[in-house]
Amino acid sequence: MSEQINNAAKLVLQLRQINKNFPGVKALQQAQLSLYAGEVHALLGENGAGKSTLVKVMTGVLQKDSGELLLDATALSFATPKDAQQAGISTVYQEVNLLPNLSVAHNLFLGSEPKRFGLINKKAMANQARQLLSTFGLDIDVTAPLSEFSVAVQQLVAIARGIAPKRGAACTKVLVLDEPTASLDADEVQNLFQVLRQLKQQGVAIVFITHFLDQVYQISDRITVMRNGCFVGEYQTASLNKAELIAAMLGKELCQQRHQTPCLVVEQSESILTARQLSSGQSVQQLDLDLPAGQAVGLAGLLGSGRTEICRLLFGLDQADGGTLSFAGKPIKLSSPAQAIALGIALCPEDRKSQGMIAPLSIRENISLALQAKQGWWRVISKKKQQQLADFYIEKLQIATPDADKAIGQLSGGNQQKVILARWLAVEPQLLLLDEPTRGIDIGAHAEILQLIRQLCQQGMSLLVTSSELEELTAFSSKIVVMRDRKKVAELRGEDLNPDRIMAAIAGASV
Amino acid sequence: MTSEATVLNSHHSDQVKADQLKTARQARYSPGQSAHKFSLYLYPLVALALLLLVNVLLDPQFFSLQWQEGRLYGPLIDILNRSAPVALLAIGMSLVIATGGIDLSVGAVMAICGAVCANLLLLGDWSIPAVIGLAVLTGLACGLVNGVMVSYLGIQPIVATLVLMVAGRGVAQLLNQGQIVTFQNPDFAALGSGSFLGLPVPVWLVLLSLLIMQLLLRRTALGLFIEAVGCNAKASRYLGIDDKGIKLSVYLLTGCCAALAGIVATADIQGSDANNAGLWLELDAILAVVIGGAALTGGRFSLPRAVIGVLIIQALSTTIVVSGLPAKFNLLIKALVILLVLMLQSELFRNQLKAVFSFGKAHGGKA
Repeated sequence: MSEQINNAAKLVLQLRQINKNFPGVKALQQAQLSLYAGEVHALLGENGAGKSTLVKVMTGVLQKDSGELLLDATALSFATPKDAQQAGISTVYQEVNLLPNLSVAHNLFLGSEPKRFGLINKKAMANQARQLLSTFGLDIDVTAPLSEFSVAVQQLVAIARGIAPKRGAACTKVLVLDEPTASLDADEVQNLFQVLRQLKQQGVAIVFITHFLDQVYQISDRITVMRNGCFVGEYQTASLNKAELIAAMLGKELCQQRHQTPCLVVEQSESILTARQLSSGQSVQQLDLDLPAGQAVGLAGLLGSGRTEICRLLFGLDQADGGTLSFAGKPIKLSSPAQAIALGIALCPEDRKSQGMIAPLSIRENISLALQAKQGWWRVISKKKQQQLADFYIEKLQIATPDADKAIGQLSGGNQQKVILARWLAVEPQLLLLDEPTRGIDIGAHAEILQLIRQLCQQGMSLLVTSSELEELTAFSSKIVVMRDRKKVAELRGEDLNPDRIMAAIAGASV
Repeated sequence: MTSEATVLNSHHSDQVKADQLKTARQARYSPGQSAHKFSLYLYPLVALALLLLVNVLLDPQFFSLQWQEGRLYGPLIDILNRSAPVALLAIGMSLVIATGGIDLSVGAVMAICGAVCANLLLLGDWSIPAVIGLAVLTGLACGLVNGVMVSYLGIQPIVATLVLMVAGRGVAQLLNQGQIVTFQNPDFAALGSGSFLGLPVPVWLVLLSLLIMQLLLRRTALGLFIEAVGCNAKASRYLGIDDKGIKLSVYLLTGCCAALAGIVATADIQGSDANNAGLWLELDAILAVVIGGAALTGGRFSLPRAVIGVLIIQALSTTIVVSGLPAKFNLLIKALVILLVLMLQSELFRNQLKAVFSFGKAHGGKA
């Protein structure tokens, strides 16, 4: 198949020797990418490898400093995203960029609504929307506001919008998907892949950016790997095994680190936190939980199973309405995060963008804020002390940045996550709750965060970590709590700590 | 720990990493950072300088200062003196805007506090510190009303403060029983028209307020918390900042600033006019904050820049008077000049301007 593509298919888009500099950073150096009609092309690399920058150059968000962009063998340069769209390059970005208050149908056709007598023809729009979404296996009320649907549905709508016909534009020749599967469950991913295969048939070239390597092998025909802003290589997916791929991405064999078995000496230790029959409305029901001191406990379950709700409850964001909670041997009642932090509990939240980082503020300020909040506003952390704190963690967690004064919003996802982690490490909590700490970050940062979790345990910190990646959970957990439908359904230890057993517990097969 | 982390990361070249860190340390207070800060001050200052230049062209005596009876007189001193009430308002308004809010009621709060002062002075048995104290307490109470509505009842700031903007003037009218209340108290009047060390008292009040607020906000973490809440209130709550408390506190501080402005205005005219005291000044204060470069969506703020904004507005009013143009042109010219100042601050506009000029040059060269 891939061979055929190379021989028969037409070269749609070619990027050659692209250079792009930002102040102090060479974001792209001699980067290249070639796309053939009817292929799924995976663009892979660590965070900060330059994937997003390359995509932005391709879609007119950024202008290249030098290099060539050929679309159907014609040299072009896009001044704005609209130019690129008109030429037939559609993009779906990592974060859903839609208008939650408008209807699904309106979101799909915003700017190119079907019209009658100069007014929007709502009926036609709804029909077209239904038709478009049915190809995704999505049967929803398209007249309802987008905000009523889950993030997964919103993500699918964003992708559908990417391929929806736009007024005055060439038909979609290139579709760029930046992390489209990050918030989808397995079934939804399969739906999406089905759609991608259809699009392939129609001759669309698809650029697929992801951190899920399994999906790369499932769907892609060819792979381009980037590292540090440079082109590393272009490969046929079928002839590149996973270890070689990871080696290309990281520049060395890091995969061993990642799948290392837990190195914890699991011994019985006292509980740092004990919950008995803890409930909170409908979101958490009669939870019994023991978190042993100095160990990492994994929290597994599907989206919506109550994982995030437990974290919120233990951090005082939600209030318990039943049961008891004790921390470090004393009964506690939490009513605010500030109170939880004062006790020594910290939460690294699930949604980095809205709950974690304060985007316009600098790395230095983002790192020192939680400690400052804990100390109170009147006991100021001097700028010098903030700088020391920031330098220390930039070095310790290998945060890639020219300096601590850079706004956190300008960093890549993995580095943002490290800054948020640094913020909480600076507070020196006894119990650290990590809600999906590795979501949407590259393998390099991923491995570093897993390593960090182990190290923190060795230093005596207790952790509760939720993750959708079961293999990851088994890499550090001394026990794994499995949630289903807001209830704890299993606690796995020792021999049972493997993805298959967890999967079975999640599915409800055996406990 | 560090060693293991390093092993894990040796795919980054260690040397490169070390170099980066070194550069990072050198660049800590890099020119880039300070240049950015400098440009934030540059455009408002350039605008102010241009306005003063126009004034001096219109009136060669514009920069002249006279020393009479122990105090300085001159157009520049006039500008400083007349700026005082709005400058006090703008200091508070900066903070409210930094949290993403707005306070439309400050003009009305000035009127209420002015009425409180005038009526207490008319009763005659209150000492001046007590009068000032009660006026400030009244301002704080108004701020409390606004703050509670915004942060604890979740009412949008523009609506919440609109309530007091309308009701406040009514309260002031009730206090004054529909009259303009005048008083005879030279000591209190000195707060508006007296002088100290050669400068008018209101100017000292502004400087003192600016200094105290700067210390309060920047020598504690309060300023940082205000900016954090303004940028992302949810994330601020997640990291342990009492976002509602911070929002409440900025409305309290603004109420306090409005009270001071009310005291100055009342002392200046030795009376309280509930209908006109502080009328529309909230809009000047908001404008000054915006000219100072703050975003209405919240985030970073700078009190000195807001005060520069006030001076620009006041200098402009003076220019129009000095220019001898008929008064009917005042508002229109004011609006146009302010539009120009705001456009100068927009990087996008400056780039377009540059592009136009370089285009002209290129073509001129060919011709």
